[in-house]
Amino acid sequence: MKNVLENIENQFETFQILNEEGEVVNEDAMPDLSDDDLKELMHRMVYTRVLDQRSIALNRQGRLGFYAPTAGQEASILGSHYAMEKEDFLLPAYRDVPQLIWHGLPLYQAFLFSRGHFHGNQMPEGVNALSPQIIIGAQITQAAGVALGIKRRGKKAVAFTYTGDGGSSQGDFYEGINFAGAYQAPAIFVVQNNQYAISVPVEKQTAAKTIAQKAVAAGIPGVQVDGMDVLAVYKVTRDARERAVNGEGPTLIETITFRYGPHTMAGDDPTRYRTKDTENEWEKKDPLVRFRKFLEKKGLWSEEEENKVIEKAKEDVKAAIKKADETPKQKVTDLISIMYEELPSNLKEQMEEYKEKESK
Amino acid sequence: MAQMTMIQAITDALRIELKNDENVLVFGEDVGQNGGVFRATEGLQEEFGEDRVFDTPLAESGIIGLANGLVLQGFRPVPEIQFFGFVYEAMDAISGQAARMRFRSGNTKSAPMTIRSPFGGGVHTPELHADSLEGLVAQQPGVKVVIPSTPYDAKGLLISSIRDNDPVIFLEHMKLYRSFREEVPEEEYTIELGKADIKREGKDISLIAYGAMVHSALKAAEELEKEGISAEVIDLRTVSPIDVDTIIESVKKTNRAVVIQEAQRQAGIAANVVAEIQERAILHLEAPVLRVAAPDTVYPFSEAEEVWLPNHNDIVEKAKAAINF
Repeated sequence: MKNVLENIENQFETFQILNEEGEVVNEDAMPDLSDDDLKELMHRMVYTRVLDQRSIALNRQGRLGFYAPTAGQEASILGSHYAMEKEDFLLPAYRDVPQLIWHGLPLYQAFLFSRGHFHGNQMPEGVNALSPQIIIGAQITQAAGVALGIKRRGKKAVAFTYTGDGGSSQGDFYEGINFAGAYQAPAIFVVQNNQYAISVPVEKQTAAKTIAQKAVAAGIPGVQVDGMDVLAVYKVTRDARERAVNGEGPTLIETITFRYGPHTMAGDDPTRYRTKDTENEWEKKDPLVRFRKFLEKKGLWSEEEENKVIEKAKEDVKAAIKKADETPKQKVTDLISIMYEELPSNLKEQMEEYKEKESK
Repeated sequence: MAQMTMIQAITDALRIELKNDENVLVFGEDVGQNGGVFRATEGLQEEFGEDRVFDTPLAESGIIGLANGLVLQGFRPVPEIQFFGFVYEAMDAISGQAARMRFRSGNTKSAPMTIRSPFGGGVHTPELHADSLEGLVAQQPGVKVVIPSTPYDAKGLLISSIRDNDPVIFLEHMKLYRSFREEVPEEEYTIELGKADIKREGKDISLIAYGAMVHSALKAAEELEKEGISAEVIDLRTVSPIDVDTIIESVKKTNRAVVIQEAQRQAGIAANVVAEIQERAILHLEAPVLRVAAPDTVYPFSEAEEVWLPNHNDIVEKAKAAINF
């Protein structure tokens, strides 16, 4: 029996295309991306790194609320999202705000989400997404449901969702991947294994050598990918999407990545659970550094271009914060009005009560 | 008109809505080929196909999670939780997710699902099958909680629930499934959610109940009548929201009330009803509003059910105490 386990585990090797030096180590697997696509990927990663820095600063100034830093995970976040199409349905967790933005949520609304304003959760028409899920793993069973719905409607689309290494311990994780497998529904489950669930290291999270192998129990394909390699993440996600829209069912993808910052900006201190050495090791794998080297060798990227993206991101943040500031504050009557399609008797009464209070 | 049991009325309502709206999907553990452990979905898979009526893997959180996803593709799911005692497994999917879909999305999305589930004591089930957990879900803003007491009500309330654009928890008392038949129209009809029904008119005291306890209250009313006490019996039908207007109107007429629930006494629906009465009609009361409820223990293993569950004698006793106050 031990042999069976070892045989399975050993088959989950980390898929990679670019090594840490930005050299192609897996030429055959190179995805079919144009130069413009490659530049766009870099653009998004740089932009998202700046957005993260600015969001942390704004949080410290008290101008943003709940925020989960993303630096280090850009390849995992954006490589997987780039494999998706507009018609695909995104079910993000709370660290997946960049995917939402690239899926079409205006930046000022992302800031409103952070502040706890419900307008931040109102997806514009045509943006197929839920707002970020707070309960770890709840989105995974929902993704199975969206995927089954997509299949029943006969659409050429997928449901894609994200969680972390900690999320893969939840019952909903197993239920969600199992339901999607049972219905052969077009779902893609991305587990961003960033090594820590707040403070608990992945070694303490599970005896499984990989998270990708959890797919085996659900009878669906699973793959582990270098989550600091944007081309590798794009490639495995794109392949998974191809299979899904061709009726070949769901896929579990584990991206091996690392968050440089704290879990969230609400007081987490990573020095309590990880060493500077560990952080330095991971920074050597940095997704931006690696991809920049690759692009520079191809003559597709320059410092000037990078600076342009940085400036653009800073300007966008400034404008978005201004717009967020201008959004009317929420009133209790607003909250009451979004509870039901038609107000039940108790809320009708409370609506009158609060109208009266708010008019004073 | 046809004579139907409550279970037949429920199947009939499901059939009507499956026929009316292609977005209605019925699913859960054993609901497909087997037709449900109580046969509530008997024949529906055969009639509407496996895409509309289907079995799920055995995982309650997954079932409601699936429904939460299906609503996002425009479906109108009617998932079944095989016994409501299993709802603990699905509490996040209901209270943390479905109930908040509209609110969380700032009214841009909704979760028009009806979660059906058998519950209620007196039929000698194993542990965690019979508990009255309506209070648990009634506390959650964003859902409605409906509990029919008759076949006629079950059909009309279930059709209304399925058509409602917010999530409804539809609880079916197991003891009522086959305990009696009554005339139920074969055509479709709806009963408004959030409206109580006066099951018996009276002038001396209001007996306010729901689910199987409506029948205990009716039986108590008959006993009381023999002693010259005229009891009005109100069936809440919906326990969230409760129909305060009907309750208050009745209490203003009778000046006395007993509120009855099968659930344990603490933090229940009855406490909520009592609070509404005292806030709105205290000067009309001739006696304290009393409650009949189960003791605050865990629901007992089946041999002790009969001594534990409230019954019509308890109601008669409390009614007399209110009358003689």
